[in-house]
Amino acid sequence: MTQTSIPTRTPQRVLGEPIDRVDGHVKTTGAAQYSGDHLYPDLAHAALVHATVPRARITHIDTTAADSLPGVHAVITHHNAPRLQPPPKPTLLNLPTLAAGTSVNYLNTDEVHWNGQPVAVVVADSLDIAREAAQRIRVTYEELPATVDFEQEEPNAVPQKNSALSDGGGKKGDAVAALKSADVSVDLRFSTPMQHHNAIEPHTTTAVWNGKALTVHDGTQHIDWTRRHLALRFKLPLNDVRVISTFVGGAFGGKTNVWAGTILAVVAAKVTGRPVKLALSREGVYRTTGGRTPSTQRVALGADADGQLTALIHTSVTQMGRVGGYAEQVVSQSRHLYDAENILVQQHQLTLDSIANGVMRAPGESIGSFALEAAMDELAHRLDLDPIELRMRNEPDRNPMDGKLFARRGLREAYARGAERFRWADRTPEPRSMRDGRWLVGTGVATAFHPAWVFPANVTMRLSADGDVLVRCGFHEMGMGAATAFTQVTAHALRVPLDSVRIEYGDSDLPIGPGAGGSAQTASVSRAILDAAAKLKKDLAALARRNNTSPDEAPATILSRAGRTHHEVAVGADRGIGRLAGQVRFMSTLLRERRKYVKAACGAQFCEVRVDSDTGEVRVTRWLGVFDIGTVVNAKTAASQLRGGIVMGIGAALGEETLVDGHTGRIVNANLAEYHVPVHADVPRIDIECLGDPDPTMPLGVLGAGEVGIVGVAGAIANAVHHATGLRVRDLPITLDKLL
Amino acid sequence: MTHDLSLRVNGTTRPVTVEPRVSLLDVLRDHLGLTGTKKGCDQGACGACTVLADGERVLSCLALAVQYEHREITTIEGVADPLQQAFVKHDGFQCGYCTPGQICSALGMLAEHRSGMPSAATEDVATTPQLTRAEIQERMSGNLCRCGAYNGIVSAIEETAR
Ligand code: FES
Ligand code: FES
Repeated sequence: MTQTSIPTRTPQRVLGEPIDRVDGHVKTTGAAQYSGDHLYPDLAHAALVHATVPRARITHIDTTAADSLPGVHAVITHHNAPRLQPPPKPTLLNLPTLAAGTSVNYLNTDEVHWNGQPVAVVVADSLDIAREAAQRIRVTYEELPATVDFEQEEPNAVPQKNSALSDGGGKKGDAVAALKSADVSVDLRFSTPMQHHNAIEPHTTTAVWNGKALTVHDGTQHIDWTRRHLALRFKLPLNDVRVISTFVGGAFGGKTNVWAGTILAVVAAKVTGRPVKLALSREGVYRTTGGRTPSTQRVALGADADGQLTALIHTSVTQMGRVGGYAEQVVSQSRHLYDAENILVQQHQLTLDSIANGVMRAPGESIGSFALEAAMDELAHRLDLDPIELRMRNEPDRNPMDGKLFARRGLREAYARGAERFRWADRTPEPRSMRDGRWLVGTGVATAFHPAWVFPANVTMRLSADGDVLVRCGFHEMGMGAATAFTQVTAHALRVPLDSVRIEYGDSDLPIGPGAGGSAQTASVSRAILDAAAKLKKDLAALARRNNTSPDEAPATILSRAGRTHHEVAVGADRGIGRLAGQVRFMSTLLRERRKYVKAACGAQFCEVRVDSDTGEVRVTRWLGVFDIGTVVNAKTAASQLRGGIVMGIGAALGEETLVDGHTGRIVNANLAEYHVPVHADVPRIDIECLGDPDPTMPLGVLGAGEVGIVGVAGAIANAVHHATGLRVRDLPITLDKLL
Repeated sequence: MTHDLSLRVNGTTRPVTVEPRVSLLDVLRDHLGLTGTKKGCDQGACGACTVLADGERVLSCLALAVQYEHREITTIEGVADPLQQAFVKHDGFQCGYCTPGQICSALGMLAEHRSGMPSAATEDVATTPQLTRAEIQERMSGNLCRCGAYNGIVSAIEETAR
């Protein structure tokens, strides 16, 4: 159906514009389908039974009362579950092996490794029946000694070794000696609690077997890893596994790994021969998916009388599970932020009989910045120096640790802009010097910093003779506005109208996209789109030459003159030698660039708090964040993402804390009533400004906005609380009991 | 033991056969296929499941379907209101999962406010309070948004209420 109508309208400026989300309509009318919204005929519902002890052998499971319940289709335990391949050993040489949430082969073992591990799954006609049956199951354990208490285990933490992609420690000069001889110094201990992502959509999987082929709807942040993991565990050819993740109801890192629910939904569907939905209960989310590790940290700073840093020491202890986990990079920004002559950073980990810790929004930087930025504030206080001035006196030209170049760094500008807009100069510097009735008023600042990454992304781009452009890539939409941003990037790259661009995403049938993590999706997919657009233009020019058409004609004209209905180009290869070559290229570029540059988004967080002088209640009343995130693709969605990070940071600062019983290792507040995330009334108007200059080393100049927003938030609040009250709270969250 | 009910949902009468323990939320989603209403906690703590019953906001996860037989239920699928467009304009969502609940809750909240109902943020409960941002925030605090789209949600409601 060749048409000759071509896009003749002048393409509007699209990059950076605050256009409305392309999925705005479906998300505001209830039409957007999340992974639990696929109502297959004959759909059965599954519910989990969780272990109630931290380490044990199961000696007996009595399922008779569950089996006999009408409407129950299967009660699956380690006695009757299909045998699965064990999770692979994680290795950096084969990144998809990192997908497994834990090393446990669920329901293929009688061993219990943490309090909450699934030990049975029930499949029934309805959720109520499944839940009732699950409650009727009686499990008997032979308990084994378990290590579950972070504080008790802290002395046994071991220093982390360095690897190709993550450094456990490092030093420059002799920070210990420099600290001793410094004119002024601070040496402070901090702690941060376990936290959970609490995406409002609990992890949900709908699994459907069609003969030997498997389709899962799963709100994953990594379609390709999930697909490969399922193929491996269920011994299926990759082509027989399809993973669909069109809309994800929030994730924040919590849906990066494949956790038990995904595996057990597939098992349940296999056993019953029916499509099965396994939606974790809110409690199940806490029991079976890993949260952010708790931490203890030490930050010691030494300076001369002018405030020039001579020593910076930052050490941390975090937790991992014996069944897996991740060495959170708590001290990472201490390598990059301040121009200290002597630096010593070192991370330590301890191991507990707990679920693996997961990645949660800005893992490392989020909690590490709290300690570093509060210590900087304390140092400024002791030096009688403005906290912004102290930071500016120590703002480095090159990476302090090793002299690498910064790809770009807008921190000076961010602080200057912020100080002006926030009217920073209006404050009186002494703590407890500003009051409004019974409210003690304080302001605080902190620096945000988050490294930038680019991952491989494959796309196809297809131009039709009617002018429509279709871009296909298996990327993820968890709220960032990804499809909207890539509509803009495509329109920009091809100079076509926005409404001629259509994007398909969220499906393993599409070219392999990057995982949604590390704030890297926008840069990664943008690079592939730019490459595809260049290829497409080149092909069109060649086509024009062959058909004696001017290459300046509209693309659609060139196509129709050549008698073509469409032309498609591909970037990247999904399989075979091409895929391997792509991965090798990616790794070598990554390592080469990391040797040369420090690439990161950064920003300055400004806040005002009011503390009730009678009750100690803290209210955040003003916020301004000025960020350098490189190129802004969509001013509206980028600001929303940065705001979202700040809101989550307010939660971490003032309320969020997962409480673990020190004897049993059981999470005691596994619900949204007792784990306090910010609500409407907790969040002031949040002003966002982005500097907007492109990063010359990143695709399209994009640095990423998903995580930098949360960094520094807890530090800024703690600093403002100190300014308001004179109290330096070093243990998150800053609850009112700590201010009385 | 099941009950035959007929529920009025979005202007139509829908027969369902359910056990008395089944929540209105599960009936809407699993029996009637109205999956726009979301489940975030199933415990009354997040607001994602908010629907309207005779115009009043209700947490459908805490409501038993059998008790709603003679009520006019409105879910997001039955809402057609300028507020939805205002959510898009002000970017009052990111992932969109809390959004149906936020929108239904906001519509119920606006009706409460019109009827003169005060809130904890109201200074003088004897008068009908202005719908300030603080009032909206207080009245919407039962609806969590983990993406943190609160600023946009409040702006959308503020604009629509004017
Ligand atoms: S699902 Fe009803 S309040 Fe959370
Ligand atoms: S938009 Fe994601 S929870 Fe509100």
